[in-house]
Amino acid sequence: MARVHRNHPAYWAFVIHRLSGLGLAAFLPVHLYVLGLALSDSTAFADFISWSNTPALKALETLLVVFLSAHLSGGLRLLALEFLDWRNWQKTLVALSGGFSLCIGLVFLLYAY
Amino acid sequence: MQTDQISVSIWRGGEDGKYQTYRVPRLESQTVLDVVTYIQRELDPSLSYRFACRVGVCGSCAMTVNGKARWTCRTHVSRVADGGAITLAPLRNLPVVKDLVVDMAVFFDKWEKALGSFVGDQTRDQALAAVSPADPRRREASAGIECIGCGICYATCDVVDWNKDYLGPAAMNRAWTLINDARDVARLPRLQAIAGDNGCLGCHSQQGCVERCPKSLNPTVAIAGLKRESMKAALKGELS
Repeated sequence: MARVHRNHPAYWAFVIHRLSGLGLAAFLPVHLYVLGLALSDSTAFADFISWSNTPALKALETLLVVFLSAHLSGGLRLLALEFLDWRNWQKTLVALSGGFSLCIGLVFLLYAY
Repeated sequence: MQTDQISVSIWRGGEDGKYQTYRVPRLESQTVLDVVTYIQRELDPSLSYRFACRVGVCGSCAMTVNGKARWTCRTHVSRVADGGAITLAPLRNLPVVKDLVVDMAVFFDKWEKALGSFVGDQTRDQALAAVSPADPRRREASAGIECIGCGICYATCDVVDWNKDYLGPAAMNRAWTLINDARDVARLPRLQAIAGDNGCLGCHSQQGCVERCPKSLNPTVAIAGLKRESMKAALKGELS
């Protein structure tokens, strides 16, 4: 009851943008560390690549791509909100940014594996 | 489904009060304010609530209805009764005085902090300012001037909940109308008052204010405009 005032598209867009940002911030150090292994310890890097070649990791990777595109489109939406002359098309922008993110995830699934 | 009675749980007491339930006859075209008035006049005269005009003009009857802030005089029971039950609480983010009455002082104090009063430099002996209704700035101001000060946006805003010094949507909507008023001369002090984390820069654009404003105003537009004007002023070194 105390939180039902939050149940509207712009709030959920805010939550997704915030969570995707935190997720990416957590992912990037790991990503850079693994890339660094290619230079410092190629055996460990090869082991990691073979370990990551599982359906569960592929699903997580797709989720990561969706998160990345959601953060990109959500950021563009906020820039449009703050810098463009707008009034009543914010929910359309939320829908477009959400649709864009899901499409990127589907394209990734189609072509990446 | 319409039943003969509705169950109404109402917050009783101050900040540490509790809900009390009443049974109220269901009538056609009944508003939530009608329900509260029935309880106060017929069932429990000690119930405190606030109203004045009953027709959506004064902005004094806002309450939390089933978790959402609403103007109760224009909210029909048929729109909100969840299985024949309504829960009424005072507005969020404002100190509870008693029952459904909150202390609005902090809300209006923040209008003052945002320099929400017109500042002119003309006297009554001078000619009236000619402002075209088609002027873009006038249109921007006109879009926000119908605010009735009900506090619904303030009660809905999560940033107000997180930061008690945040000015809130209504105060900044007011500041934006004045910044777009060609006759007003306090643009810079007003921008200095609102350009900060407690002002427009604190807004996370969740747009709960837009979602809930009973007058269909758009405080997020006003705050975005204030951010742009603050940025321009900062680039010119006017805010330092």
